[in-house]
Amino acid sequence: MILSGFNPHVEEDTIKVPTGFKVGIFAEGLGTARHIAFTPQGNAYIKLAKLVDGKGIVMLQDADKDGKAEKKSMFGDFTGTGMVVKGNYLYASSDQEIFRYTLDANGVVTNRDSPEKLVTGLINRRQHAAKAIALDNKGNLYVNIGAFSNACQEVDRTKGSKGMMPCPILDSAGGIWQFSAAKMNQTYGTGKRYATGLRNIVGLDWNTENDQLFVMQHGRDMLFQLYPEYFDAKQSAELPAECMYALKQGDDAGWPYIYYDQNQKKKILAPEFGGDGKKTGGEKAIDPVVAFPGHLAPNGLLFYKGKMFPTKYKNGAFIAFHGSWNRAPEKQQGYFVAFVPFKGGKPSGPYEVFADNFSELTSIDAPGQAVHRPCGLAEGPDGALYVTDDVKGTVYKITYGGK
Amino acid sequence: MMGVRQKCVKFAFRFLMIVPILASTASVIAQTADKGKLVYDTNCLACHQIDGSGVPMLNPTLQGTSFVKGDKARLIRIVLNGLKNTEIDGEMYDNPMPPFASLSDEDVAAVLTFVRSNFKNKESAVKTEEVTTIRKGK
Repeated sequence: MILSGFNPHVEEDTIKVPTGFKVGIFAEGLGTARHIAFTPQGNAYIKLAKLVDGKGIVMLQDADKDGKAEKKSMFGDFTGTGMVVKGNYLYASSDQEIFRYTLDANGVVTNRDSPEKLVTGLINRRQHAAKAIALDNKGNLYVNIGAFSNACQEVDRTKGSKGMMPCPILDSAGGIWQFSAAKMNQTYGTGKRYATGLRNIVGLDWNTENDQLFVMQHGRDMLFQLYPEYFDAKQSAELPAECMYALKQGDDAGWPYIYYDQNQKKKILAPEFGGDGKKTGGEKAIDPVVAFPGHLAPNGLLFYKGKMFPTKYKNGAFIAFHGSWNRAPEKQQGYFVAFVPFKGGKPSGPYEVFADNFSELTSIDAPGQAVHRPCGLAEGPDGALYVTDDVKGTVYKITYGGK
Repeated sequence: MMGVRQKCVKFAFRFLMIVPILASTASVIAQTADKGKLVYDTNCLACHQIDGSGVPMLNPTLQGTSFVKGDKARLIRIVLNGLKNTEIDGEMYDNPMPPFASLSDEDVAAVLTFVRSNFKNKESAVKTEEVTTIRKGK
């Protein structure tokens, strides 16, 4: 199907999904579309990493329900990643602050130019600066504050530089912080470090089945480049695992001292702290609940609550993988949406690739070659799954069944 | 006054002299670039990628940017000292570049010659002496 006269891009057939599913283009050309959220009335809000015409949030509406947004408007003068709808509010994050907009009975933002500032002064040193957010059902807001470092070396990403013990970055980053979802002008002083030892989280979601925060960690880079005596290029492309963690207050996932090796199924001491790829460590650190291959870059996590998809998908986790760069000189991997079945708030089977070929390439040498890269995930009120792309700003709508 | 014939001979003679010089310069650049590719593959490829395209938003591209094509001294300093929080042709990149001061002057010259003559770049070679001068004066 041709979308329109001036754009012959036939993407609807490009994305590979399981039998019975269909992929449509909800919107395109939005720019660097990061996280996406839907109101119960069907309005989509999308956060941009770069301003377009001076604005950083896109609102999309599909009033005639044909699967394509025909109404678009923009507001918000800040860049960022986080975007969540909860109750009568839309939450959005820049790389150092978190804002709250009020939604009216139609799911429309009433204070476009004057959001409430919930949190301010979060550390932003560019590396892993995205402040991805999630909310529980008790009025708490959870924020990723990514570590501004790869492995907490004295000199970041530098061969021969030792790891800092203890890692000072963990005081203000490398974890999930908890704030109130309703108080203004909160800072580090009024927030709580909820979980630590997490290098960088972009995909996170609250699991309502067991009332628990789940996060997807971006694992460390450059094992081969920094420690060729212990790792070859192939091992370094696969290691460490990109981990899904189920968090409780006070948990420590072990970064930077350890990483998780999905082949040995062990927490391995990081080479910056005396490891050699075999020595284990992190006895007090939690284990992941799912371990994916290395460097796939999980940027979106969504627990599916809808009724449109078959029973298998109910309460399961979708993960949007942005796609790797730190697998070079091996081929790059990822650039897909994966699915993990869940029962009772726990994974009940292995992960599978759900939607693939966003890159539109059969073989990827470098991430710049990918035509699209999945980033954010949201469920529409009808149970359709939406996937954003932050290269060209396409929003894919994945449906199941007749329509 | 030289006759036309003499001029032609003289021109041809000059031309014959110049061709080997050009050829040997070209082969020196080629050899340096070959050595530079090895240095690139070992030290640079992981972040800047096999085609020099970098990683969008994270690691700068080396394809035709003003930093690669422009001032050689600035480029040499970036390799020796690293780089972060710097806008390159209107783009910001999140990951810092570590210093590569442990590379020899010859290796720095070779890898920059390779980068400046590949990835859609057609710039002049970087000489070892240029790196030595910058390193001393940095």
